[in-house]
Amino acid sequence: MAGEHDAACASPREQIIYANMLLLGVWLGLFALLVTYTVYLTGLLPSAVPIAEVTQHWDKGVDEYLAVTGLSTGWSWAGRLNQGDFLNYVPFALLGLTSIVCYLVLLANYVQARNRTFSVMVALEILVLSVAASGILGGGGH
Amino acid sequence: MSEALRLAWRRAAAAGLILVLTAPAALCAADEPLAENGGAAPWWIWPPILLVFCFVLGVVAVLAGVGGGVLYVPLVGGFFPFHIDFVRGAGLMVALAGALAAGPGLLRRNLASLRLALPVALVASTCAIAGAMLGLYLSALDPLIVQACLGFTITGIGVLLLLSKNTEKPVVSKQDAMSLAFGLSGTYFDVGMKERVEWKTHRTLLGLALFIIIGLLAGLFGLGAGWANVPVLNLVMGAPIKVSVATSKFLLSITDTSAAWVYLNRGCVIPLIAVPSIVGLMLGSLVGVRLLTVVKPRLIRRMVIVVLFFAGLRAIDRGLGLGLLG
Repeated sequence: MAGEHDAACASPREQIIYANMLLLGVWLGLFALLVTYTVYLTGLLPSAVPIAEVTQHWDKGVDEYLAVTGLSTGWSWAGRLNQGDFLNYVPFALLGLTSIVCYLVLLANYVQARNRTFSVMVALEILVLSVAASGILGGGGH
Repeated sequence: MSEALRLAWRRAAAAGLILVLTAPAALCAADEPLAENGGAAPWWIWPPILLVFCFVLGVVAVLAGVGGGVLYVPLVGGFFPFHIDFVRGAGLMVALAGALAAGPGLLRRNLASLRLALPVALVASTCAIAGAMLGLYLSALDPLIVQACLGFTITGIGVLLLLSKNTEKPVVSKQDAMSLAFGLSGTYFDVGMKERVEWKTHRTLLGLALFIIIGLLAGLFGLGAGWANVPVLNLVMGAPIKVSVATSKFLLSITDTSAAWVYLNRGCVIPLIAVPSIVGLMLGSLVGVRLLTVVKPRLIRRMVIVVLFFAGLRAIDRGLGLGLLG
């Protein structure tokens, strides 16, 4: 009789590997989110832009907001992790990088299995996500 | 007695929902400077307000069967004093976190299909980047253009939710060549029906073409795109509704990643807004799943459609500068 543990209903191996990697990334990201936000709100680390000032300018468009607060774009935050507001970008980046890491593991699996179609597809996706993450497309203009 | 209690619960839930959803608007209306720049209120008010608001949104989204992002962007954009750039940035982070959290469970149960998601994700995530860049460009030109377009899209989503009739197990008589080449088929065990369900897809090329538009809209408005993913996967490509819903949710973890990075790199994600929104929506989703057994999802779905129409029309009103809805 067919059941939940029927072999035909089981997830493919690469799907399970992807799920495990995803779970790890999500928990790391969410844990880091709570820790860094607590550090930010309690003022344990000084902020580049005081919180009260953020609320005064968040009704402005992003270009104007960046101009009045003096913040920069792209990955510049990575060099300023000693400031509470920038520290919050660590969990954002973790969440944003999780899928890329999962795809890298997936690529290794497909290459090993000599699955050319999916190897190319996954490699292209890694390229797309990496370009988006690099800031080449979205970080300029300031 | 139990019926009376159930009725009272439903009325209280409906009243609570309306109260929380309209509270920011009331707050802004009562204190205009607050709406203008948030400067009149101490900063520490905003994280708990966002947390509670997004908690309710999370509960409602699960009960109505929609993603958090589709409610978050029009409602927070319409009733909070944040610029639409930051609302879309936070909206994408909210949708991304929710999709990432749901992904592992859906993949392990074989409800979400990695094979089905991979080609679709490649198309959608590439177009989401283009959509995000277009959105930021239009917003820099005139944010009212984005408001009006968002309004039309949200109203369209309301119509789609009102009219769409998903098919539980679409009949796919013959797989197309692309579907066969990609191996877009699978088997899962339906716990409710206690049966094994085999599925395969067709019309792959048309489906992928539609995901170009879906990716663009997801990036443009920071909405997530479950509202569009599910009908395309289910009605066009022929995946069973459970596989469509699960794969769509997982798909968002990839599509929204590309768009979220564009917004993140452009400085559109303000932690003070994004973090309580993410945490609130995720906690709300957890509670929403538990409430599914005691609340009538159809009632909530109707309410959400009404809220979407209202938020959409308000965005159109603001975008076109009509001033009819305040």
